[in-house]
Amino acid sequence: MSAILPPTEQLWWKHPLDRVEGTWIAIAFVWCLIMFFMMIYWHAVGRQNLSTVTYKTTPEQFLEKAQAAVDKYTVRTDEVTGNPVVAPPEGADVYLVSRLWSFWPVFEFEKDKTYRLHLTSMDYNHGFSLQPTNLNIQLVPGYEHVVTITPNQSGTFSIVCNEFCGIGHHTMVGRLYVK
Amino acid sequence: MAKATSYRTCPVSGLQFEVQAEGLIRANAVTAVVFLMIGGILALGVALTRWPAVHWLPADTFYQVLTAHGLDMLIFWMIFFEIAVLYFCASTLLRCRIATPKLAWLAYALMLVGAIMNNYAVYRGGSSVMMTSYVPMMAEPSFYLGLILFAVGALIGCFVFFGTLVVAKRDKTYEGSVPLVTFGAITAAIIAVFTLVSGAIILVPTWLLSIGVVDHVDPLVYRTIWWALGHSSQQINVAAHISVWYLVAAVVFGAKPMSERVSRMSFLLYILFLQLASAHHLLADPGLSTSWKIVNTSYFMYFAVLASMIHGLTVPGAMEVAQRQKGYVRGLFEWLRRAPWGNPVFSGVFISIIGFGFLGGISGVMMGTEQLNMLIHNTIYVPGHFHATVVIGTTLTFMALTYYLIPVLFKREVINPGLAKLQPYLFGLSMYFFCLVMMGAGTLGVSRRHWDMAFMGMPGAYEWPGAAYLMMGLVGISAVAAIVGGGIYIYVTVGSLLWGKKLPGGEPSASFTPVPRAAPTLAAQSYGSLGFAAPGTFVLAMVFLVAFVLYYFINWKYLSTLWGLS
Repeated sequence: MSAILPPTEQLWWKHPLDRVEGTWIAIAFVWCLIMFFMMIYWHAVGRQNLSTVTYKTTPEQFLEKAQAAVDKYTVRTDEVTGNPVVAPPEGADVYLVSRLWSFWPVFEFEKDKTYRLHLTSMDYNHGFSLQPTNLNIQLVPGYEHVVTITPNQSGTFSIVCNEFCGIGHHTMVGRLYVK
Repeated sequence: MAKATSYRTCPVSGLQFEVQAEGLIRANAVTAVVFLMIGGILALGVALTRWPAVHWLPADTFYQVLTAHGLDMLIFWMIFFEIAVLYFCASTLLRCRIATPKLAWLAYALMLVGAIMNNYAVYRGGSSVMMTSYVPMMAEPSFYLGLILFAVGALIGCFVFFGTLVVAKRDKTYEGSVPLVTFGAITAAIIAVFTLVSGAIILVPTWLLSIGVVDHVDPLVYRTIWWALGHSSQQINVAAHISVWYLVAAVVFGAKPMSERVSRMSFLLYILFLQLASAHHLLADPGLSTSWKIVNTSYFMYFAVLASMIHGLTVPGAMEVAQRQKGYVRGLFEWLRRAPWGNPVFSGVFISIIGFGFLGGISGVMMGTEQLNMLIHNTIYVPGHFHATVVIGTTLTFMALTYYLIPVLFKREVINPGLAKLQPYLFGLSMYFFCLVMMGAGTLGVSRRHWDMAFMGMPGAYEWPGAAYLMMGLVGISAVAAIVGGGIYIYVTVGSLLWGKKLPGGEPSASFTPVPRAAPTLAAQSYGSLGFAAPGTFVLAMVFLVAFVLYYFINWKYLSTLWGLS
């Protein structure tokens, strides 16, 4: 019963360890280091790293830029959602307006081309959950997060809000096309 | 300064209880179980709504019930029980009187008032903001005030615990170092202080915002500091339930820690590194640098993961060594086959250890990896993970401990031992399945905290694959099974307290009997002999490692196929 009694030896930090423990600690420590360096390694060679480019913003400022991009690049009105479909040229800045309870506008990207997607929320926290790819990014009001994306599959994608944002949360869903 | 108090020595266990401490431990533990019961009833509402074929509650009630479920379970049930564990580890294990019992009762009263106030705010309907209550979404002022009162109460409880350690030291109730279990409890209490202070730092301004004194709380600052409460409070659970694992190994098997140095160093690693884990929740957030994310979420190179991997070996290892000394030496696993599987104190803890490691541990490290986090952030994978850590890990461990405490602390025989024997299996194994299918659904992208997978038929709604619906159905079924298991626990516990046969508690005495030193055992003599004392456990650990490595790299492989992001 000695885990609930004071240790026999006064200096517990001088206890020798069993070979089972020593071996396991060595293995576990090496594994921990591998996992640590894996994140850094992926920044060097991997292609999926979340950007840290962020600016402070306000809903007014952001909406103005979003409107300008919509005015410039809209090609048609989306039949399903009724929102403008924005088809930007490669490398362009586009702005996703997330608010209670919708995403606006709809984007149409081209496969293997790169775009600068600006994300924020107009009100509460929201979630950017790209489906069925399953990539998830947090949207925080007041912070404009610039994510450089390169779609590698074509098709129709959905943006699901996956941060609880009130009673209409489960109706907040947007679209995205990749040609 | 000898205060008038009395001590009794339990004839079943030999533990010595001081009368004041005993009352406090009982009050906190019973209150905890009441909140567990409320949380369990709420769980039924959550589960039956997320089960797509049932879809029981309307949306507003669902979000309300989900908010209350999170708070009652993660905060009130756990922390009330942990305060009971802290008092037990100080006053009972060190055989001394509890420091400042009046303050301890004040702490209890504050916690109770706070918990009720917070619950009431949620049930009134204006505070369905989820446990996280991210600003600028606001709850009623009493929601925050309740949490603040609760945190202050719990903080006082921690200081009563520290004071009790001082009393024990001064009254010389024990010699040398504190027992390992008490050492683990000290770790939990230190983490609790950090956690509760973080909670106060962010909830006080938010409360002021809700009553109009402050006009702005930054959403990102809120998230960063709130998670030092939200995640770190789960680290109190980890430190507390691992202490209980060692306690159960000691009382069921008479097991001695394989090496005090290894186990204690691992607890120290928790203090130094576990808090960093709160950064896990911010990996998909804007505004935080890559190096900040990597350093913090790797718990600074995963030193805290290392500590958990060590405890995961040394607890069953200590059991194995003790069993081998009893003569169960055949093969690698005779010690495990011949373990008391019919004793819910043991079976609960063992199911907890395996589930915590394989389901909770591996998934936690995967989702805490900076880039891999994007695969699961805010999906239902996240609750899948933390139900494995806090339900299979902490709740099941506390349930197992309760079966030990009913005769010892409450002086009652357990009613219906057959049901008690079954309970850890029903509850634990249905939670295993629950967590697995929840993580499965999360891997397919299903959102957490979401009322309707069909988006109420919005134009352009996403159609989840059939497999996602199937998984969510299985989540519902396994949740109901687990809730039945939880109900049996409540029935057995409350029933034993009310109708269980009374047991003799031991004569009260005005003075304490000091704690004896642990006698040197065979294990102690083999220290440093470089034996290989627990080969069976080592094999289990290697199985764990292989599962861990495979799962980790499968996720990287999947990530590498996705859209480029930079």
